[in-house]
Amino acid sequence: MSWTRKILRVNLTQGTCTPEPLNMQWANDYLGQRGLATKYLCEEIDPKCDPLSPENKMIMATGPLTGTMASTAGRYSVITKGPLTNAIACSNSGGFLGNEFKNAGWDMIIFEGKSPEPVYLWISNDQVELRSAAAIWGKSAWETDDILHQIHQDPQIRVACVGRTAETGCLYSGIINDKHRAAGRSGVGTVMASKNLKAVAVRGTLGVGNVRDFGKFMSAVNDAKKVLADNAVTGQGLPAYGTQVLMNVMNGVGGLPSYNMKNVGFEGAQNISGEAMHEPRASDGKANLTTNAACFGCTIACGRISTVDKTHFTIENKPQYWGASGGLEYESAWSLGADTGIDDLNTITFVNFLCNEDGFDPISYGCTVAAAMEMFEAGDLTLEDTGGIELRFGSSEAFVQATEALVSGQGFGKDLGLGSKRLCEKYGRPELSMQVKGLEFPAYDPRGLQGIGLNYATSNRGACHVRGYTVASEILGIPVKTEQTATEGKAELVKAFQDATALVDSAGLCLFTTFAWGMDNIAPQVDGACEGDWTVEKCLEVGERIWNLERQFNNDAGFTSNDDKLPRRMLEEAIKGGPTDGQVNRLGEMLPKYYEIRGWTDKGEITAETKARLSL
Amino acid sequence: MKVYIELYASLMALLPPGTQRFRREIIIDEGSSVQQLIDRFSISAELAHIVLLNGHFVCGDARKQQKLAEEDSVAIWPPVAGG
Repeated sequence: MSWTRKILRVNLTQGTCTPEPLNMQWANDYLGQRGLATKYLCEEIDPKCDPLSPENKMIMATGPLTGTMASTAGRYSVITKGPLTNAIACSNSGGFLGNEFKNAGWDMIIFEGKSPEPVYLWISNDQVELRSAAAIWGKSAWETDDILHQIHQDPQIRVACVGRTAETGCLYSGIINDKHRAAGRSGVGTVMASKNLKAVAVRGTLGVGNVRDFGKFMSAVNDAKKVLADNAVTGQGLPAYGTQVLMNVMNGVGGLPSYNMKNVGFEGAQNISGEAMHEPRASDGKANLTTNAACFGCTIACGRISTVDKTHFTIENKPQYWGASGGLEYESAWSLGADTGIDDLNTITFVNFLCNEDGFDPISYGCTVAAAMEMFEAGDLTLEDTGGIELRFGSSEAFVQATEALVSGQGFGKDLGLGSKRLCEKYGRPELSMQVKGLEFPAYDPRGLQGIGLNYATSNRGACHVRGYTVASEILGIPVKTEQTATEGKAELVKAFQDATALVDSAGLCLFTTFAWGMDNIAPQVDGACEGDWTVEKCLEVGERIWNLERQFNNDAGFTSNDDKLPRRMLEEAIKGGPTDGQVNRLGEMLPKYYEIRGWTDKGEITAETKARLSL
Repeated sequence: MKVYIELYASLMALLPPGTQRFRREIIIDEGSSVQQLIDRFSISAELAHIVLLNGHFVCGDARKQQKLAEEDSVAIWPPVAGG
């Protein structure tokens, strides 16, 4: 059992920290992390509660493999009811925090209530206490990390915290750990700040030694690591180019949205691509990419560490940004770049630094600015509304000004913090918000990839690529190539990806392993670590159970099949030009079949038979 | 006949010196197939993982049958992924 069998309940209202035994029946049914924490959340909160009220809870959870020798096993997730969507929120992060937290002896922490004053949680193995956050409230995530290291005088502590945007109510604020890894989506940081909880600082030295069958576990781990090393994607492609290698691929296949998803295809894509990050700059001969980086235990190392050109207008007088820091991933390069029409690698790298520094989701932020740009150019937003910012597509200067406004939490920055759905509603153009359930789209156009459109529409946390990454099959040929513009078979494909992903996210592993691993590589690792005969079949059943539990939470919160939809632009405005010319998303051809194979009614409700089959 | 070849990611190293980024103009014989263009750069079947002809996938045996036309553009990637 790689579960520690211990959870920590932190009542912020009362200021108490109480250990509890882990519910092992639930662990057997939901494994850990995403699944298990969702079970706890569903049992403990009213799905209709206000996400920013003390009635909501926030759970930080590891998986049973977190902190073990398994490759990529350093993950943790944050599960809560999300303020951007009012749906289930689950945001997953790498770095080193998850491992440290598990090594301190905890499977998960449940935060409940609201502290009367700003606090942070200090964990040193089984010594836990809430401390005043007076020294860090109002500080950025980077400053908070530095100050907590200074206070505790230990370079090895790990910090997860919120930045300033969460404190001022930006609805898509995340939780930053290790300065540039993030539980970034769904506004989990906004929930954390609403509880007056600024940070969690952890030091764990207990080890993760309670593996069920160590010999079997290490055999499975070693076999699986060899698969990662031998695979061209995880062994070569991701370390060299990161996820950013997709920029030119998606542009090439007619799947890269641009200009608030008005267009498909971006003329500046090659300037902000993974390949461009390797090119020497004219000013100093250095490339944007300094090095790749790995999270705890990872043998892939897809992370990007980058610099901005010191002579660039964004940082020429700001030496605090001259060092190397977390660089662009594909999603952030798309949202901050192609979707805003900006092809300046320095500008979008700088804005990405600011996303990390203050902990706001670059996907939601870029999409929100893109929607604002479209409204500004259409005259729906005026200079008076934007505080004088000429918010036009392609303007680096305007983008940086808008970002500074967001961080300030003042004026138009407050509007930008609403996210695209509420912003577009406020200014009378709701149809210009590219989102599902309030969560902004990632970097794949549902008109050019039919399956990803179905996945966005049905994803439990709103439009999200890492809930069911059908791009792997529709574009990348992993595990097999399917036709991107076909709808046939996509319901089955989406369900398979969604269920498998739920299991991976619940184990403590990184989803990127699945570019090389199948469930037959993952199940033996889980089985070696955990009691319960974790076969491939059981893993897939648990994944399906988790997906349905999340769906049930959303249904109980008031969501219906009317929320499983895409923006009108995706359904009615056909792509103009390029290899996917004329395409719209044909959601109506796929959704009924999806409900059917899920065992749901035609209104998207889980049938009694399905609940019984999955023991929900 | 003039066509364009685009080699991405690790395949960029196969482009001749002086190539601007990933794209190169190539003169090939009339009637050449996609596979013959791939072979000209000695790219193995394993590494020619994604092959696009003017943005459209050309998979498997179709690469031998698919003839190129003047001004066609062929883009090739090794196995890659992201997210």
